[in-house]
Amino acid sequence: MTRFQLEIRVVPRPGLLDPEGKAIQSGLLSLDYPDVQEVRVGKLLLIELVADSPKGAMDMATSMCERLLANPVTEDFQIQILEENENSE
Amino acid sequence: MKVAIITFPGSNCDYDLYKCVQFIGGSPEFKWHQDSSLGNVDIVMLPGGFSYGDYLRAGAIASMSPIMEAVQIFANGGGPVLGICNGFQMLCEANLLPGALLRNESLLFSSKEVILRVENNSSIFTKSYEHHKTLRMPIAHAEGNYYADQEALDRLEKEGRVMFRYANQNGETTIESNPNGSANNIAGIINAHGNVMGMMPHPERAVESVLGSVDGLELFKSLLAHIVDPRPV
Repeated sequence: MTRFQLEIRVVPRPGLLDPEGKAIQSGLLSLDYPDVQEVRVGKLLLIELVADSPKGAMDMATSMCERLLANPVTEDFQIQILEENENSE
Repeated sequence: MKVAIITFPGSNCDYDLYKCVQFIGGSPEFKWHQDSSLGNVDIVMLPGGFSYGDYLRAGAIASMSPIMEAVQIFANGGGPVLGICNGFQMLCEANLLPGALLRNESLLFSSKEVILRVENNSSIFTKSYEHHKTLRMPIAHAEGNYYADQEALDRLEKEGRVMFRYANQNGETTIESNPNGSANNIAGIINAHGNVMGMMPHPERAVESVLGSVDGLELFKSLLAHIVDPRPV
């Protein structure tokens, strides 16, 4: 089995009102960054797991996102493998 | 009327509900989130609060609790389930109700009295109310901004499944009377079978005049009447 480090990004779906992003944008504008066009706020999850292959790791993470980590009504998710190491144990 | 009130770590309206059910002559009993069975009860109520500290999304972790499997089975079998505030968020997360509750448009936690308009009084939860009656009830939430995609919203409206809307004193559903940005001023909805209702305002905090309003009482009386005489409404 291989140990994988995954990065999962969960972001509000495009077009969905993101009041937190709007508030941060107005903060940036008052700090004189008038070029900021949009800010969207999401979550970053770092997950370590063991799987027999990169595909196995991705499938497991996708299932986790669909069942709990992202809300299918309002959020999209992206999964990326950051690192993989042979599990010595 | 035997009512199971589920307590999750972080629930804070469970005792309010307990007192409220006692007050109208029902028999409340607490169930713990790790229980796997509801026992022999007539109604399930999911209380308000901040289950699991609202981590990840409000209600998300609670909706995975062991007891929720029993609640799903109870609901799928037609048993009445009422979710208030955090309980409403759990019902959406558990897919027992459509849509989601997003952060309030203001980004602020909003704790105040609101006015609701009764949109549908032909449900087991609302049959004691007059149609379009206005009610005063408190809200206390940061994630009460009801969202569903257009198709789901159209379906809710077409099927008359919006139970309560935020309104002004004249019963008009204005932007100003909407405390959180909810789509179509929605404050409470019901499932397609009419046995699962979720709402953000707190009817259990509006059952005695000392609390400032008694407008929540009819909701619990509707349920009591349904259990005593479960004819279709």
